Amino acid sequence: MSEMKETLTQPILRNNPIALQILGICSALAVTTSLQVTVVMCIALTSVTAFSNLFVSCIRKHIPGSIRIIVQMIIIASLVIVVDQVLKAYAFEISKQLSVFVGLIITNCIVMGRAEAFAMKNPPLPSFVDGIGNGLGYSVVLLVVAFFRELFGAGKLFGYQVLPVVTEGGWYNPNGLMLLAPSAFFLIGLFIWALRSWDKSQVEAPDYKMAKHTAVEEAA
Amino acid sequence: MGLRKILDNMEHHFQDGGRYQNWYALYEAVDTIFYSPGSVTKSNAHVRDGVDLKRIMITVWFCAFPAMFYGMYNLGFQANDVIAAHGGAVDGWRGALIGLFGGYDAGSLWDCFFFGALYFLPIYLVTFAVGGFWEVLFAMKRGHEVNEGFFVTSILFALTCPPDIPLWQVALGISFGVVIGKEVFGGTGKNFLNPALTGRAFLYFAYPASMSGDAVWTAVDGYTGATPLSVVASGGMPALQEQWTWMDAFLGNLPGSIGETSTLAILIGGAVLLMMRIAAWRIVAGVFLGMVALSTLFNLVGSDTNPAFAMPWYWHLVTGGFAFGMMFMATDPVSAAMTNGGKWAYGILIGLMAVLIRVMNPAFPEGIMLAILFGNIFAPLTDHFVIQANIKRRLARVQ
Repeated sequence: MSEMKETLTQPILRNNPIALQILGICSALAVTTSLQVTVVMCIALTSVTAFSNLFVSCIRKHIPGSIRIIVQMIIIASLVIVVDQVLKAYAFEISKQLSVFVGLIITNCIVMGRAEAFAMKNPPLPSFVDGIGNGLGYSVVLLVVAFFRELFGAGKLFGYQVLPVVTEGGWYNPNGLMLLAPSAFFLIGLFIWALRSWDKSQVEAPDYKMAKHTAVEEAA
Repeated sequence: MGLRKILDNMEHHFQDGGRYQNWYALYEAVDTIFYSPGSVTKSNAHVRDGVDLKRIMITVWFCAFPAMFYGMYNLGFQANDVIAAHGGAVDGWRGALIGLFGGYDAGSLWDCFFFGALYFLPIYLVTFAVGGFWEVLFAMKRGHEVNEGFFVTSILFALTCPPDIPLWQVALGISFGVVIGKEVFGGTGKNFLNPALTGRAFLYFAYPASMSGDAVWTAVDGYTGATPLSVVASGGMPALQEQWTWMDAFLGNLPGSIGETSTLAILIGGAVLLMMRIAAWRIVAGVFLGMVALSTLFNLVGSDTNPAFAMPWYWHLVTGGFAFGMMFMATDPVSAAMTNGGKWAYGILIGLMAVLIRVMNPAFPEGIMLAILFGNIFAPLTDHFVIQANIKRRLARVQ
């Protein structure tokens, strides 16, 4: 059971798909301008990852190695279509805001990566849990990014005005950069910085080191 | 040598094992402001020169002074001019100080200078205090020394600020420039972007209303007009020449960011930098040539819909921040290209991009800042190709 718990909690901070593996950055930039949209996106991605892991794992022994990517893609694509239709039926406004990014879950490296790396080698239940864990890891980063972007970019949280903005008679001057995609890069970068200061084992070895000066005696 | 003695008496507290060893960076910074560093190169030195990093940085700092002092005067002059024409006065502590020591007479040198100082000095102080705080913090945490490079970053950043910028924006901008633009990459010498411009670019995108250069920058509340470059973008050259002559623009009698207005003052500082070989002449020449080439091309092509096509090169040179960027920003030895061929390519790229953004992009009337950051990003690449070409050439010789 503790192994199951590990599978669930490891990807949240210790082995975060965005912060450590640097996967799935594209949607982290695109959908994080408001928390509401982000929450829906996180739920959508978590369920797709979990169920694609489950189904891929169920038939993992029957998938021929040479066409496994295609089979995985079919499963993921079907799930994404289901999620898209559900969103259109029950949360039409948000699905309009998410536009193509729900469809683009198909190409999200996290979904594909977990199916290929974990579900192909493990039984269904751990795979399902792994999918949820990675979905949560993705969600943590997205929610943090969206929190700062919506708070500083518009002075709002979940659409409610928290910091009264200048144009409506308040004191807060919204930071326009936060509404642009590059700000998510900075925020993810800062998140990774904080995470790696906390967990030093995630720090990568430097690509190269500056050589020391040679002393006179050594050189001569 | 009283001061030397005081510093020496304190030193052992800051050495390893001393009471304040964490604060060594701060002690070192204070010490090297007053005295040259005691450390000498112990390994084989390849170059012998009287110039070191400290002297280079301080020289650049001094070279920015003509532009700074003129900028202060001009800030006051432009504002007093507006006040004379439209009325109004300055409120708060600035107003009180002006009432005590100065006035609103645009003809008086002192009144204008004092007015300008009241706006520029707070900006510079905030830049220095906030930026310095980050510098010292990172120096203490990382165990390196506080570098004189920050003198340059701070004055260049303060000079590119519009006069009416709120001080909290100054603090935010310089924090971003120092931390994200420089320290995360390892500090002075390892940044691939110009930290002062990184900070300004942050403000530019975060608060476009006060930074974009659309509205005029005069330190008078409620007064808006158009900057020279946005006049050109909307009305073309005749509209520009109606308001300012070329001589006005060259001497700096027009509104703009604090340090960018007087091309003459910038060229004086720039000439010293070039003579001392601190600024690379190839970069300056490249920026200038790139600008002349593309603006002449635009003049020849012409356009019925975009009046900025007709702007000749000598106007490009004197309006906006072009001269300031060319002399002080593009020549930053850390973020510029290192090889001689690379310097030409880097300079020309900046010149071309600056005119391209000014003329072709309807959203941005000014383009030199983005052009230099763009050039910074490409500098390592051009260096790479120059070095590869050199290796190829020399290999061919031995084969």
